[in-house]
Amino acid sequence: MASQSAESIAVPAKIEVDLTVNGAAARLRVAPWTTLLDALRDHLDLTGTKKGCDHGQCGACTVLVNGRRVVSCLTLAVMKDGAEVTTVEGLAKDGELHPVQKAFIDHDAFQCGYCTPGQICSAVGLIAEGKARTAEEIRELMSGNLCRCGAYQNIVAAIRQAMETRS
Amino acid sequence: MINFDYVRATDVADAIRKISSTPTAKFIAGGTNLVDLMKDDVERPKTLIDISRLPLDKVEKTANGGLRIGSLVPNSDLSYHPLIESQYPVVASAIQAGASQQLRNMASTGGNLLQRTRCAYFYDTATACNKRAPGSGCSAIEGLNRIHAILGWSRSCIAVHPSDMCVALAMLDAKVHVSGPDGAREIAFADFHRLPGETPHVDTNLGAHEIITAVELPPQGFAKHYTYIKIRDRLSYAFALISVAAGLEMEGDTIREARFALGGVAHKPWRNGEAEAALSGQQASRGNFEKAAAIFLRDAKGFAHNGFKIDLARRAIIRALTQAARGTPQVQAIKKLR
Repeated sequence: MASQSAESIAVPAKIEVDLTVNGAAARLRVAPWTTLLDALRDHLDLTGTKKGCDHGQCGACTVLVNGRRVVSCLTLAVMKDGAEVTTVEGLAKDGELHPVQKAFIDHDAFQCGYCTPGQICSAVGLIAEGKARTAEEIRELMSGNLCRCGAYQNIVAAIRQAMETRS
Repeated sequence: MINFDYVRATDVADAIRKISSTPTAKFIAGGTNLVDLMKDDVERPKTLIDISRLPLDKVEKTANGGLRIGSLVPNSDLSYHPLIESQYPVVASAIQAGASQQLRNMASTGGNLLQRTRCAYFYDTATACNKRAPGSGCSAIEGLNRIHAILGWSRSCIAVHPSDMCVALAMLDAKVHVSGPDGAREIAFADFHRLPGETPHVDTNLGAHEIITAVELPPQGFAKHYTYIKIRDRLSYAFALISVAAGLEMEGDTIREARFALGGVAHKPWRNGEAEAALSGQQASRGNFEKAAAIFLRDAKGFAHNGFKIDLARRAIIRALTQAARGTPQVQAIKKLR
């Protein structure tokens, strides 16, 4: 946590950031140090994206920026002006769950559910990347998403199902 | 997180102008390490200069048959680039051994070189650390030093450089292209990172107002006989205890040229010319690999908790050279060592 020391600088003016979040235009005014995670949760009330470690180590805050999965806790919102952001709230279309969401339910791929939005967004990113084929490759490329309930077996099974649905 | 000002650089010249004229400013590209360090109050820039939109995102062949990698190419894109996969698979493998795919999607090539040590005392502002607060002392020497250096350390600092990609780049003799107020220059990879000495707060020989524009790979990529092995406390998404990037040029069973660099052992990716030369013209045999490992580790010295690294490094070198000679590189998704 930052200390309020004498060297703290005057609060700079807030900066305007234009994002497309889950298909809708959003104009925010944020401080330079506002992370994309805090912008989504606190400015846009999109609380599906979770704050876990806030240090890029757990993956709970994973979202898609311009189609690529990133950790939103280490992303500064001001740097993403003009970007398209997809959160777990934006995956379902016309009342239909995204195939990855459906597969997570089919395989009971969660217990407490806190890591699940990040797992799902990460899995959507993984499938779009197209680099994982085997269970080992899914595990390796999902290693940035921790699940302290230990639902890994079912998460891998769910992702395999979603990959088959897609292909 | 600390408060800071934010400006965006429009081109390389503008970036250099801005960093030269703004006190305690830092460049930000991927931000995966810097933002984290700012949250922990370790880095305290008053201004961030966003370079992420500069046109430094190309991977291009050079006239001599090498490759020039723009400093803003994301780690993930680089590791899957067709020319990296075919000509420099050791770079692809090393990148894929590091971090997570989310972080690799964010992290830049240049930023990977500039990431800071993961020594716990460097991160903990309640403790002494010469790298974070020069002159305050080193907590690791007498503290928990399991992940720390066995080569090239000083009494001031026993931290290790955390990168995987840099271990492969060191093995390949890459060059770092930088630009600054006095123009452009190139730095040999071996000269880019520094040993701690008395100034462990200075990680690299990059000038204060210089920016990395590209990393250049020479034509020789060791694509037939290479490997990257990473030994760590969990099977993925952890920093190396020991890592080895190895490349061999073979003529039958005879080694024409050998290269190997280690991560997790020193303040910079570590090579030893004498150990490599000892393999030149020799048979690819376990006995010769053992001799090379012994030369490499001759001056290694551990501390209370990391003495195990010396034997682990010896075994990892032998394993890596064996894999490289056989043409059976480690695949990062497969966790059993080959």
